[in-house]
Amino acid sequence: MSHPSATTAVRRNPFRWRPDQQWEAYLFVLPSLLGFLVFVFLAVGASFGISFLDWGLTGPRGVAGLSNYRELLRDPVFWRVFRNTAFYIFTIVPTQLLLGLLIAVALNQALRGQELLRIIYFLPVVTTIVAGAIVFRLLLSRTGPLADLVSNLGELAGLPLRMPDLLGSTQYSKWSVVLLTLWKNTGFTMVIYLAALQGVPKELYDAAHVDGAGAWQRFRNITVPLISPTTFFLFILQTIGAFQLFAEPFVLTRGGPAQSSMTVVHYIYDNAFRFTRMGKASAIAWFLFLFIFGFTVMQNIMQRRWVHYETE
Amino acid sequence: MRPNEGKTLAPSQIALYAILAAGGLVMLAPFFTILVVSLWPNQAFLARRFPLEQITLNNYLETFRVIPFGRYILNSAIVTVAVTVLQILISSLAAFAFARLRFRGREGLFLLYLATLMIPSQVTLIPNFLIIKNLGWYDTYLALIVPGLFSALSTFLLRQYYRTIPLDLDEAARMDGAGSLRIWLQVIVPLSGPVMAALAVFTFQATWNDFLWPLVVTGSQHMRTVPIGLSYFVGQYSTAWNLLMAGSMISVLPVLLIYFLAQKTFVQGITLTGLGGR
Repeated sequence: MSHPSATTAVRRNPFRWRPDQQWEAYLFVLPSLLGFLVFVFLAVGASFGISFLDWGLTGPRGVAGLSNYRELLRDPVFWRVFRNTAFYIFTIVPTQLLLGLLIAVALNQALRGQELLRIIYFLPVVTTIVAGAIVFRLLLSRTGPLADLVSNLGELAGLPLRMPDLLGSTQYSKWSVVLLTLWKNTGFTMVIYLAALQGVPKELYDAAHVDGAGAWQRFRNITVPLISPTTFFLFILQTIGAFQLFAEPFVLTRGGPAQSSMTVVHYIYDNAFRFTRMGKASAIAWFLFLFIFGFTVMQNIMQRRWVHYETE
Repeated sequence: MRPNEGKTLAPSQIALYAILAAGGLVMLAPFFTILVVSLWPNQAFLARRFPLEQITLNNYLETFRVIPFGRYILNSAIVTVAVTVLQILISSLAAFAFARLRFRGREGLFLLYLATLMIPSQVTLIPNFLIIKNLGWYDTYLALIVPGLFSALSTFLLRQYYRTIPLDLDEAARMDGAGSLRIWLQVIVPLSGPVMAALAVFTFQATWNDFLWPLVVTGSQHMRTVPIGLSYFVGQYSTAWNLLMAGSMISVLPVLLIYFLAQKTFVQGITLTGLGGR
């Protein structure tokens, strides 16, 4: 697709702006832009519109105004799934960051077998989540291997230990989702932290060593501040991910028992595709967006207090 | 090299090893469980006895008999390969224009693309489902493939990379009479092998493992992808652990294989895109 006029223009002045390049450029963007117009821009607009409609699968049944949103505020199940999601965020995100950092710091030493350990820790990240959830159904079931282990340990210690019903009780079902997600995602935070640790200049540690700083002090005063941009990035990313948790509880516990482990996204799915309430489902999706957006903006403002950038 | 290299192990290092190894075992335990339970009859698992002479591949054969697992794998393969190749192609073309061509509205449009990264996919889930239904694509490959071809993230990452390639190369090629398409194909694409590979591996595993979208747009048994087929399988055979583990094993093998073959690229892809944690 060589344009003769383009080449002559180039020969005259390579850096001159050429109008014919403009049309070429549009052609390059076109396939992508068409898709974005339909599946992103139109979809976002439509989603907003639908959230104000009373829409079943058979078609729009009429304008609902704000009633979808108003219904949500009064819907006890919505608040339950919202609280569950908050629970996941508060348990999973900090644990995942802390574990990932600890493993990364440990693996960043020149240990023998470090490579193999890194591969192993990363393995769950690339695993199909459904397969992970199925094994955890087996591992955590009341008659599963983990329950065996707990009662055997109990016998050894002479205590009547029993594993709580992690999958089937409203009290503990959320914890089974937490365990699965930690197993699945910790390798991810580890890999990102490892990359960050490799960027910390060695001279800083050496200098601190000469000054008599202990391992903990070096970690606290050099490592932690220097990798704080990574912590910030992971914190945002993992929180957004936890807001959107779906497949894990959907396969592991089906959101149950009695919605005790159900997430907001699972509730969107149920409303849209089980109860065919497209309007209400869209309203929940916008609530979710609002929370994610608000959280991100808030963190971007707060980061000035604790994130250390080298350029400063 | 660290100062400790070559010396005998200090007690603190032994403790470190022990903790790391224990953690590694915890990470491996589910895989070990899948392997063992899938290789013995269900009674063996129930009795917690796994005599070597009872090892069998029957569970794998049985899995293919009770559900159309071969079909799931075929569907997943078609969708994954199509999305990976076409998404990178489409993103690369757009990224080339955003990075190296000038056109009116370029910055504005690019910002708009970036802004969509903020929007959770659940917002567009319902309209996209309705669009697919109205196009008559429900329960077809088109439904599984087409909406996955347009990625702001891929476009953004490729554009960032293309901007690091010296502009002189384009100008030199233009002097030689090359048009934009040839510059894209013969200058830019060959120079961005590593980033494309990383992106390809990332897109491959994300598409293979994708759950919500294929769950929503497939209805019939023979259009399901591997994760969806597997999740229905749990519903029907919730206690046939031997079969469920065989199915799980088959579902993780392709991605694990690529992971072992292209470990560095894989980690790069996940690190680069930063969104692979789910």
